[in-house]
Amino acid sequence: MSLDSAPKAIAGPANFIDERIGAGSFLKRNLRKVFPDHWSFLLGEIALYSFVILLLTGTFLTFWFKPSMGEVTYNGSYGPLVGVHMSEAYASSLNISFDVRGGLLMRQIHHWAALLFVAGMMVHMLRVFFTGAYRKPRELNWIIGVLLLNLALLEGLTGYSLPDDLLSGAGLRITEGVLISLPLVGTYATFFLFGGEYPGHDVISRFYSIHILLIPGILLALITAHLILMWVQKHTQMPGKGRTEQNVVGAPFYPSFMAKSGAYFLFTFGVLALLGTFAQINPIWLFGPYTPADISAGSQPDFYMGFLEGSLRLMPSWEINFLGYTLPLSVLIPALLPLGIVMTGLALYPFAEQWITGDRREHHIADRPRNNPHRTAIGMAAITFYGLLWLLGANDWISAKFHISLYTTTNVGRVLIIAGPAIAYFVAYRMCIGLQRHDQDVLSHGVESGVIKRMPSGEYIEVHVPPAEDIAAHVRGKEPIPAIEAAPDSDGVPPKGMRGPLGRLRAKLSETYSTDTEAISLDEGHNGHGAPHAAVGAGEDETKSIGH
Amino acid sequence: MNSITARRRHPLARYAVLLLALSLLGGVYALLAPGGDRADAAIASGRADDVAAGKELFAAHCASCHGLNAEGTYSSGGASGPSLIGVGAAAVDFQVSSGRMPLSDPGPQAPRKRTPEWVNQDAIRQLAAYVQSLGGGPTKPSAEMVDPTKGDAAKGGELFRANCIQCHNFVGSGGGLTYGKYAPPLNPASPTQIYEAMVTGPQAMPVFNDSTITPEQKRDMIAYIVSVRNQPDPGGSGLGRIGPVTEGLVAWVVGISLLVLAAIWITAKKRQANHD
Repeated sequence: MSLDSAPKAIAGPANFIDERIGAGSFLKRNLRKVFPDHWSFLLGEIALYSFVILLLTGTFLTFWFKPSMGEVTYNGSYGPLVGVHMSEAYASSLNISFDVRGGLLMRQIHHWAALLFVAGMMVHMLRVFFTGAYRKPRELNWIIGVLLLNLALLEGLTGYSLPDDLLSGAGLRITEGVLISLPLVGTYATFFLFGGEYPGHDVISRFYSIHILLIPGILLALITAHLILMWVQKHTQMPGKGRTEQNVVGAPFYPSFMAKSGAYFLFTFGVLALLGTFAQINPIWLFGPYTPADISAGSQPDFYMGFLEGSLRLMPSWEINFLGYTLPLSVLIPALLPLGIVMTGLALYPFAEQWITGDRREHHIADRPRNNPHRTAIGMAAITFYGLLWLLGANDWISAKFHISLYTTTNVGRVLIIAGPAIAYFVAYRMCIGLQRHDQDVLSHGVESGVIKRMPSGEYIEVHVPPAEDIAAHVRGKEPIPAIEAAPDSDGVPPKGMRGPLGRLRAKLSETYSTDTEAISLDEGHNGHGAPHAAVGAGEDETKSIGH
Repeated sequence: MNSITARRRHPLARYAVLLLALSLLGGVYALLAPGGDRADAAIASGRADDVAAGKELFAAHCASCHGLNAEGTYSSGGASGPSLIGVGAAAVDFQVSSGRMPLSDPGPQAPRKRTPEWVNQDAIRQLAAYVQSLGGGPTKPSAEMVDPTKGDAAKGGELFRANCIQCHNFVGSGGGLTYGKYAPPLNPASPTQIYEAMVTGPQAMPVFNDSTITPEQKRDMIAYIVSVRNQPDPGGSGLGRIGPVTEGLVAWVVGISLLVLAAIWITAKKRQANHD
């Protein structure tokens, strides 16, 4: 028996199945699929594996959770609440925490997994954005990603409300406030959701169905679609040696990538178990049961809703009264505007970029963030906008812990929310240009070798050596940013479609967006040095002699 | 002797010597340093007339802001203090025992701090007796009135949630208020101080008098506050017990950072092709 042939007991049934369902060729093709290697390509898997753990721990919690707002008197193990009237949902959550074996650990892992689910999505999304991996043909998958993020926020909101504790009640109250402030349909929508006057008796059971059935179902379907599309379209790769738009350089799915991916699941699980064991999250027994009359200082939502909390806190108290109707701008604007700007901006960005650059080619090589300075700057401005709102959602803690007057934090925040993104845009743009210049420097002058040499004239120079081959290839992967043809022809007539105001705007945007910086080229022969630089120049001569 | 000679060049030897020297120094200091409990003999023995002794203390430590007869002073920009006539012994005991008074410098709110050296039980009693003699007011509660073991924590919890948490946070971790004021954390406050704060309403706090919240209810609230702050966090580290702000911070700083490190570590492991 040779080592290459399978034993008969395995080969027989395997052939039987393979000849009927043809799995062999499918597996052969797909198991050898090549995945490029870069640490940032694993970030999306944080969200994927957190989702798996959410499904498992969530199922455990449903065994004991009672989604009912019926009033009961608590008589469980937690002393300071014995005899207190509360909803069945809250009592059963306390029961899970204190009387179900392993219940508190499961609750905590579930909650930490929810935070890492959203955080993982965010870092993954930022990676895709800054490397331009959303470009054709991956725009649809990008949109699925934006949908997933929105659904995750909704899933988090409904899940956060389920235990019916005092803190989640504050979030529910804000949800009601936003809903009821909608013009025309607000009151109807509120009565529909809550089944009558707030808080009613229905909202927990309705949120429960949405949280454990509807949204997870859609999430599961969309995540599957997300992964299939990624599989079919292949993963993008960072520029580097031997990497082109036509190939993928990396390790095969089986065994290499599968082992790494499997290990990463275990890492995710490990970090979640660690957090669930050693860091207390959402201690509902400390919050007490929800009654609409009570509210605690420092009531914040989970982090992913923090930017909405911040925008609500920053907003001046504006409202319009018209013919006996009130339009509460102080609720409507903070609830809808930042969310609208961030989510709509994300969804439309690939198409806006195509429109501006006129670039309809397929892209499989990712950009390094520095090589598209305007995109990177826009991304940093958006992060600053989001981050400031998020930070100011905790302005009462900033005020209390750092002894800054609360109104100061609000007023400074109102200025920063406008000025901050502009500053971030400028700084990020300049940093990208600086890094590009550094790249150019590395290619044309080499890297410092640490060898100091004394010249016959007595002058000391540091010897520079050429950069490592893979780094040089990585740096040379820079592509010029495309722009549309907008220059007027010989008669001074701009091309068709560029003549109206929209066309002129497009031409202007395209010109700006594609402007890297004129000074930078990644050719090795550097001309245009104003004054010859003795030390470096001499160093380069040295390079040739010690280059072997 | 041989073993010492052999090991004194061990890489850890210098740390061991350093540790030894530090503990020696610390131990000697602890033995020789002056004790912090020097009772002020004059005050301890002078129990004859608390009011008179209190008046002297008042003139020495409080009068610069509150006036020589506790009538209060006002000066725009400089030190000024409210009248203390009618605030009662409970207010004096709360402010002085928690170190808030005497104030070190005027600001939006007096912070809790270490009490100055002259402050002890007797000095506070004498000061309180003097202020009480000026115009009455709430008195210091007895030990039984503030005994947490005699209160009903569950009932107190409901009252606490209805009356206190909008400023002091759901477990008494404190919170921010407007114009530089803040609701301090309740953890360092003794049961007596909590009771006195409720009846006197210091700083930005409203007064919860006995017709709003009965003394028994106050004791229930004290029972809740003390039982919750003493209870261990069953879920691990409490993260400051301030809710989702620190949880979000930990999710990013610990969770995402660890997973990013894991990702970098996993992808740094390259396949060793055609090796041995």
